[in-house]
Amino acid sequence: MARRSAPEVNAGSMADIAFLLLIFFLVTTTIEVDSGIASKLPPPLPEDVKPPLIKEKNIFQVVVNAENRLLVEDKDMEIGKLTDAAVKFLDNGGGTDPRDVCSYCRGEKNPESSDNPKKAVISLVNDRQTSYKMYVAVTNELVRAYAILRDREAKRLYNETYQSMTKRSDDWPADEKESPEYLELQNKLEKVRELFPRNLSEAEPQNRE
Amino acid sequence: MSKFKKKKSGELPAVSTASLPDIVFMLLFFFMVATVMRDDELQIENRLPQANQVEKLAEKKKIVTIYIGKPNPNFIKQFGISEVIQLGDKISPVSDVQTFVNTKRNAMDEDDKDSMTVSLKVDQNSQVGILTDVKQELREAMALKISYTSIEGDPLKNLKK
Repeated sequence: MARRSAPEVNAGSMADIAFLLLIFFLVTTTIEVDSGIASKLPPPLPEDVKPPLIKEKNIFQVVVNAENRLLVEDKDMEIGKLTDAAVKFLDNGGGTDPRDVCSYCRGEKNPESSDNPKKAVISLVNDRQTSYKMYVAVTNELVRAYAILRDREAKRLYNETYQSMTKRSDDWPADEKESPEYLELQNKLEKVRELFPRNLSEAEPQNRE
Repeated sequence: MSKFKKKKSGELPAVSTASLPDIVFMLLFFFMVATVMRDDELQIENRLPQANQVEKLAEKKKIVTIYIGKPNPNFIKQFGISEVIQLGDKISPVSDVQTFVNTKRNAMDEDDKDSMTVSLKVDQNSQVGILTDVKQELREAMALKISYTSIEGDPLKNLKK
């Protein structure tokens, strides 16, 4: 009678399983990418150039003091209401001059407030002692006001929110950036941005006594 | 009877180790891909604030990072307790920002120089003053694209703490 050991398990396909797993992880793992609020600094002004004058009513003044309190257009305000106030200001469209008329604004057309979103400037002044988290929160709320209005316009013009359009543009495969669809998308984004340009000015902080 | 005997005979077969190298390689590859190299050793406190209007930053090679925050307990003796700037892996004065940015920019590819973004990683509890100084320096250095790097979340929530 022959003594036979149990047959060995065939390990030849183990490598395939390993590669399968490897490829699965390769595809699903994404390296964490940092994200943040994008902003653009103004280029340094030459000494002899005076900054252009802007009408008082086209400026939305936001001041943050050292105690992290918010002063909007000379009135005390909770940060939760800042976005609505900014939207109201940007969307006012009070211009009566043919050059200033804003055909797409849905605001109150208050003559005391901004003429046109293209002219409206939000000015953010902060104290040196303001805390950074307050600063980020205020910036975030103001950027959100622009995002809301851009979403609305994009929805009206192209039936798709600005946010989803930017997302589509970001996810576009890198080797197809020459395609006409991509260029058309960029064109649309540019048009929406033009309707509500982000004029967010940051003055140098003041240390008021 | 002999039928049953057959099965009982023979020792337990050894587990095949032929696939062990594959498993090891798989782990190796996995970690190679998933590991993010932290290039800067932080010498400061750096808890980023929360925000929800965030955009993804560009590719890593186009980014210059500047950290701002209070020094770590180990460095308080040397640098005090007020906010400092960390460039690369050492704490530096504001006046070094321009040189740092320019050096980084010169090391970049020609195509990337224009789209260079400065990622400002500022501790949420620091004061804005020092950040403003840094921004002035960046303006002088013509590094105008910046990003306030933050964690995704509700910005109003971090104010309540």
